[in-house]
Amino acid sequence: MSCKRKALRSDQVLPQLIKLEDLKRYYASRSEEKWFGQDIVRAVDGVDLTLYEGETLGLVGESGCGKSTLGKLAIGLDQPTSGQVLYRMQNLHGLSGEAKHRARLDLQMIFQDPYSSLNPRKRIYDILSTPLLYHGLVEKHQLDQELKRLLDLVGLPANSVRRYPHEFSGGQLQRLGLAAALSLKPKLIVCDEPVSALDVSIQAQILNLLCSLQEELGFAYLFIAHGLAAVKYISDRIAVMYLGRIVEIAPADELFARPLHPYTQALIAASPIPHPDLPTDESKLLTGEVPSNIHPPQGCPFHPRCPLAQDSCRETRPELESDGSYPQFGDCRSYRKSHCVACPVMLTKWHKARQEGRPMPYAFPGAKRTAPDYLEERDEN
Amino acid sequence: MRTKGILRYILKRLLIAIPVLLGITFLDFLIMNLAGNPLAMLMGPRVSQGAVEARALELGLDQPLLIRYGVWLGQVLQGNLGYSIKSFEPVAGMIRQQLGPTLMLMGSSLVLSLLIAIPAGIYSAVKQYSVGDYIIVGFSFLSISVPSFFLALVFIYLFSSQLGWLPSSGMYTLGSDRAWADVAKHMIMPVLVMTASLVGNNIRYIRSGMLEILQANYLRTAKAKGIGQTKVIGKHAFRNALITIVTVIGMQIPMLFGGSIIIEQVFAWPGLGLMTMSAILARDYPVIMGTALLAAVVVQLANLVTDIVYVLIDPTISLE
Amino acid sequence: MMDPQVKTIDQAEYESAPVGESYLASVWRRFKRHKLGMVSLGLFLLLLVLAILAPVLSPYDPNAIVGGFGQPPSRDFLLGTDLSGRDVLSRLLHASRISLVAGVLVTLLSTTVGVSLGLISGFFGSWVDSVIMRFTDMVMSFPYMLLVLMFAAIFEPGLWSIILILGLVNWPGVARLVRGNVLSLRETPFIKRTQVQGLPGRQILFGEILPNTIAPILVHATSVMAFAILDEAALSFLAMGVQPPTASLGNMLGDAKSLTILTDKPWLWLPSGLVIVILVMAINFIGDALRDAVDPTSSRS
Repeated sequence: MSCKRKALRSDQVLPQLIKLEDLKRYYASRSEEKWFGQDIVRAVDGVDLTLYEGETLGLVGESGCGKSTLGKLAIGLDQPTSGQVLYRMQNLHGLSGEAKHRARLDLQMIFQDPYSSLNPRKRIYDILSTPLLYHGLVEKHQLDQELKRLLDLVGLPANSVRRYPHEFSGGQLQRLGLAAALSLKPKLIVCDEPVSALDVSIQAQILNLLCSLQEELGFAYLFIAHGLAAVKYISDRIAVMYLGRIVEIAPADELFARPLHPYTQALIAASPIPHPDLPTDESKLLTGEVPSNIHPPQGCPFHPRCPLAQDSCRETRPELESDGSYPQFGDCRSYRKSHCVACPVMLTKWHKARQEGRPMPYAFPGAKRTAPDYLEERDEN
Repeated sequence: MRTKGILRYILKRLLIAIPVLLGITFLDFLIMNLAGNPLAMLMGPRVSQGAVEARALELGLDQPLLIRYGVWLGQVLQGNLGYSIKSFEPVAGMIRQQLGPTLMLMGSSLVLSLLIAIPAGIYSAVKQYSVGDYIIVGFSFLSISVPSFFLALVFIYLFSSQLGWLPSSGMYTLGSDRAWADVAKHMIMPVLVMTASLVGNNIRYIRSGMLEILQANYLRTAKAKGIGQTKVIGKHAFRNALITIVTVIGMQIPMLFGGSIIIEQVFAWPGLGLMTMSAILARDYPVIMGTALLAAVVVQLANLVTDIVYVLIDPTISLE
Repeated sequence: MMDPQVKTIDQAEYESAPVGESYLASVWRRFKRHKLGMVSLGLFLLLLVLAILAPVLSPYDPNAIVGGFGQPPSRDFLLGTDLSGRDVLSRLLHASRISLVAGVLVTLLSTTVGVSLGLISGFFGSWVDSVIMRFTDMVMSFPYMLLVLMFAAIFEPGLWSIILILGLVNWPGVARLVRGNVLSLRETPFIKRTQVQGLPGRQILFGEILPNTIAPILVHATSVMAFAILDEAALSFLAMGVQPPTASLGNMLGDAKSLTILTDKPWLWLPSGLVIVILVMAINFIGDALRDAVDPTSSRS
């Protein structure tokens, strides 16, 4: 089962909602080694990414790779160090007045820990009505009706308004958080690991709810997760993040069928979703420690853990590059359906294999090379 | 790396202490300004009016506040805390004279209160909810709720008036040869009263510190199996207990100063507190501010030492 | 539009949840279980009522000379008379009134100052925070009693200046407590969510953060009140507080500094000392029970 919508699978051109341009977010943190002075943590280190209206973009990566920071930057909850966030073609941090206000309401977020995402001292009634009344989105006499509608939307009974957050289960709290976000009629909801704190059975319910709400209301999701299962289920497109950078981005099915970046291949192999071509024992794959984002490795950030690493990987940092499927669209980042990867080594290998009619190459030894032919995969799209 | 971290932490902590110390002196100076003229206080009262005016010009009394503060601070750093308005003695010398008896009182009370509070707090934590625990906790509540001066009166009533065992005031019996035994006899009541008012807080703090350690150890025990476990726990518990005790001592220093004022007053103990109190009653500002400054600096230094001892004892403590 | 099965599961969970109870109601429910706390609360309220009704209950005018000098307790004067011939019981009732007024007002004043500075410090952060916290450090470095006496020496002693002085030196504890709470709350998702929802800073600070710090502030306030009552008594005992002829629990004890009164006329000082002990002990036990009620996971201490 999957909740990807037909409209999004077509070649229809969608308007841009959020565009991140060479976005960087550095933090200063107390230095471990220097006596005084600080270390620079490069949480987000040069990300270009476009999010289209109504789509779901999955963002995956190990914890600490900067994906949560990217989510906060995208909705203006955090200020970028450099680069800009364009909201409907306008700089988000340059907005003022009504446009700024509207953008604030349009860009919402739900959080990982449902238990701490609602004020424990307030009844649901107050939690949901305060922003509605503050922003004048409903008249006072319509408030009860609106709250009922919102609760109904997320599948909770109307009398929930009289209760306090601690009286709800994790899944119910996540629904309430969603209701709070929906109340402002957003265009984008950033979901920061929304199901990872929940039981598996509840996870599916929440994912279904997210899907059906999107179907009905038509907003976009930026769905952040460290595990691939939920992301695969819900996303139209998936971006893979490693040490503050996007290393691969592709439509969801495409990414799983043909992961190009060695890191993506390792992630998929380590995920509970079985992949026919990759060894399932993750311990064989990602060896070595996650390099720190204080002193990122020279060149390709993944090279210390990569079996394909060459001298060139240690010197120059690879940029995202299209796999050449849609040459007519030029820059790989501006077309929704293109598959881009920041690994020229693998890209060369893959092109060569395709020309010679050999199967899909994998970076990690031990992978069975019995993949369905990449051309068949391509046809399915 | 850790050693370097500790050194850096200590250095940083010292650097932070400097503005606070400057601030304390400035606050002291400002309060002195409320009370009168701090620079004039520095010169002492035995100088003629003309000389005062000449000296005032020389010291820059017509200068703005910050410059006057600078002049004043320079004098204070050279050990000139001014002269008493009443006795015309230099304040620094007066403090030096009275420091001994006060330190005797404070030191013995602190040691005695720890000698009682450490075993009582540990027992109370280990045997939580036992009768002994309730008695100890009840006693500690009594200790923090009884005003020390009331307890002092009760003691004097009982042990001096009714039983006649102990002298009610002073440090020596008049006309005696100032023998140690005599001093010790005079010390018993003030030290007991001060100990009683300190011990409640100490017990409460050590008890909750120990409870935390025990809870942590419970988990540790469940996890760790095998040889050397007791040793590890013992070492860990000891270190944490030590941190608790260091904290308690750090907290007590300011309370000791406050407590000594009241207790020296009731028992006519010839120390810093008695001197401060008579200076306060006589509005002898140079003396008041001199002792206040000394006390504040001592407290600040005690905080500094406490913080440094923390990181030396506990390698897991955050160096933030 | 919902998958019906999904709804049923959540519905079931919902039905089994307890009926809505506000946080304060649950604190009160837990407080009521604390026997010593309830007894102390009763005792405190009793003393409060006695103090409020002092003018009605007092058999005599507290400042009028109504009997012989230093008479022991008798049928006419239940607690005897003082050296000026005033009724000790009447003075005691009025003195508790003074002590409670001082305790309550000092607590209100220092809590207001502390909460304001703590909120500002924690919410604005950066240099504002540094300045406020360094200032707090400085105030805390002066031994408390000495600081109070210093101010008492500069200003005219009296009930109102005592309240002002104690109120203005007692705030650092509250300020640190509130600041710490704000700092940790500021990072919680529910505060982030209100930011995302575009609520203004003042709404977040007063509407979301402050209600979540009320409980620890309340617990801390009880200890401030206990200290305030002890300190007012100490200052008045040292003749730097409430001035005669107004009676306060501290200056009534001050008379006993003379050894003859201490020895021969215990009715002059023992009752007011005992009232202080009972009052302060009751407040401390209330605070202890409140601490447990506010945070049920914390161990009794």
